[in-house]
Amino acid sequence: MKIVVCVKQVPATTAEKRYTSDFRLDRTSAESVINPLDEYAIEQALRLQEAGTVESVAYLSMGPEQASEALRRALAMGGDEAYLVTDGGLAGADLWATARVLAAALDKLAPDVALMGMASDDAKGSLVPGAVAAIRGLPLLSYGSELRLEDSVARIRRLNATGYDIIEAPLPVIASVTDQVGEPRYASLKGIMAAKRKPLETWSLADLGISADELRGAALTRVIEVRPPEAKAPTERIESIPPEEAATRIADWLAARKLI
Amino acid sequence: MTYLPTSEHDELRAVVRELAEERIAPRATEVDQRAEFPWDLKELLARQDLLGTSFEERYGGTGLDEISQVILVEELARADATTSLIPIVQKLGSLPITLAGSDEQKERYFPRLASGEWLIAFGLTEAAAGSDVAANRTRARRDGDAYVLNGSKRFITHGSIANVLTVFALTDPAAGGRKGMSAFIVETDAPGFSSPRLEHKLGIRGSPTAELQFDDVRVPVQNRLGEEGEGFKIAMETLDRSRLGIAAQAVGIAQGALDAAVAYAAERQQFGQPIGEFQGIQFMLADMASQTEAARQLTYAAAARVEALAADLPYWTSAAKLIAGDTAMRVTSDAVQIFGGYGYITEYPVERMMRDAKITQLYEGTQQIQRMVIGRQLLQRAGVGGRVRAKSAARA
Repeated sequence: MKIVVCVKQVPATTAEKRYTSDFRLDRTSAESVINPLDEYAIEQALRLQEAGTVESVAYLSMGPEQASEALRRALAMGGDEAYLVTDGGLAGADLWATARVLAAALDKLAPDVALMGMASDDAKGSLVPGAVAAIRGLPLLSYGSELRLEDSVARIRRLNATGYDIIEAPLPVIASVTDQVGEPRYASLKGIMAAKRKPLETWSLADLGISADELRGAALTRVIEVRPPEAKAPTERIESIPPEEAATRIADWLAARKLI
Repeated sequence: MTYLPTSEHDELRAVVRELAEERIAPRATEVDQRAEFPWDLKELLARQDLLGTSFEERYGGTGLDEISQVILVEELARADATTSLIPIVQKLGSLPITLAGSDEQKERYFPRLASGEWLIAFGLTEAAAGSDVAANRTRARRDGDAYVLNGSKRFITHGSIANVLTVFALTDPAAGGRKGMSAFIVETDAPGFSSPRLEHKLGIRGSPTAELQFDDVRVPVQNRLGEEGEGFKIAMETLDRSRLGIAAQAVGIAQGALDAAVAYAAERQQFGQPIGEFQGIQFMLADMASQTEAARQLTYAAAARVEALAADLPYWTSAAKLIAGDTAMRVTSDAVQIFGGYGYITEYPVERMMRDAKITQLYEGTQQIQRMVIGRQLLQRAGVGGRVRAKSAARA
């Protein structure tokens, strides 16, 4: 059995980000990491491989050339090979173009399970797994806290408000997992050394048989503004007055906001 | 001779730093306060292949170059000096085997040491034989196909938890320590071996420092390292290389204290501003940073000499350990100073770092011994080495 884990390279959440004039992230400005939620998908796939359920684990990413760094880091955690779809025609790709391209690459790789994180840390759309499943006409098992595979069936365990659901579908499937699968491993030194020798293939749109026209400028949506969160009102400090007075002031402040 | 870090060195540093910040630093206070060996962190390092960096790949290690091994220790020590000692001692204890061991001996012990399944310790020092190594009194008497060891060792790092030791003992007491000492591999489950006592220490408190007792411990002849009488030479060559690890540890401790001091200076408000705004604090931080960097670069330079097996490597490793140890002591003390009263209490890590730093001026040769090694090499170059060596080596 074969799993392909879709991996996105994102700016580190702690990094200060800059944007180009058309509101695209200036990728040179921020430290990049594997989308932390994808690390759970990687961990899930590697656990299935270690258990012998899955023979091969591959990684797939779409992004600029530097996204190969994220794939190397994934390969250092484990797995066998990686594929990067990179093409000038993909700049500014939105959810639709991303799903279209990943679906085409997955058609070529034909895994039993295409596994994804539950969302990306930067765009947070959470829609790519569903869109890929729709384009490929395959079942979607989303938000799993665990993925299990048996013969020709995939099952996920999904937490709900009162307990959990077990949902199953015949293979092949598209699946996404949450941060409940267990802590992602650190890459070991031997893993890092081995990753340098693992195959990492780069594909263009042409390699996937997709024309630039088909992607309609790579985006159906357009970002019209990006701005940082509004600054909070400054902290009000009550000091250097007698405790009784300070207590009254604090109580009044809370009462004015109907908090007490 | 190249000693600038490459992109692979930078990658290793990033990987170890992430692990150290997320998993090791949060344990450091507890490990220090409870004075318990951090078995969980030993397992973590083993799992990440970080205890096998000094062993060749054919023995299951990763065979990293010397600068990489320095970077590993540096980054671990930046978070916790006790934990950084785990790979340091794994290398120290096995260096006699690397230097003088047979292929059979390496094949028997290195795979289990490289994987971290077994720990090793270096059994040289005795109560009355510290700097004066040749004053060793532990005996090894030949009896058929074995040697029978009697005596005791003191100040042996990891001695109580190691599965195997490299031990130095007199096979020819009449010839004295320099000519009559031999080295042995001793498995600690051998009858007659015991570790009766641990020291209570100022720093590196999570690292057990043990007294070892040998009562008629039988060691098979095939566990002797090299020939009879080569023990002193093996011990000295081991320390010439291993003190590079202590230099690296000292640089890491200094860097940890510097980083903590910079963060505190930027955050601590007095007189209505961060104390880092005061020039007096800035000057202290500047000195701490410059001295730490100087110690680091000298340590890398020494690592390059060890990598190349340069004839003058003892000079370089002694110089690096001397400068780095003193730097660690000064920088950690200054870090406590910048923290003020908060630096003196256990709420912040710098008092621990200052206590940990002191050992780097003491073990694997005191700073005074380092100066003797350096001075001897200088005079050898000047052509008067023979006489100086004969006099000082007896005490080295």
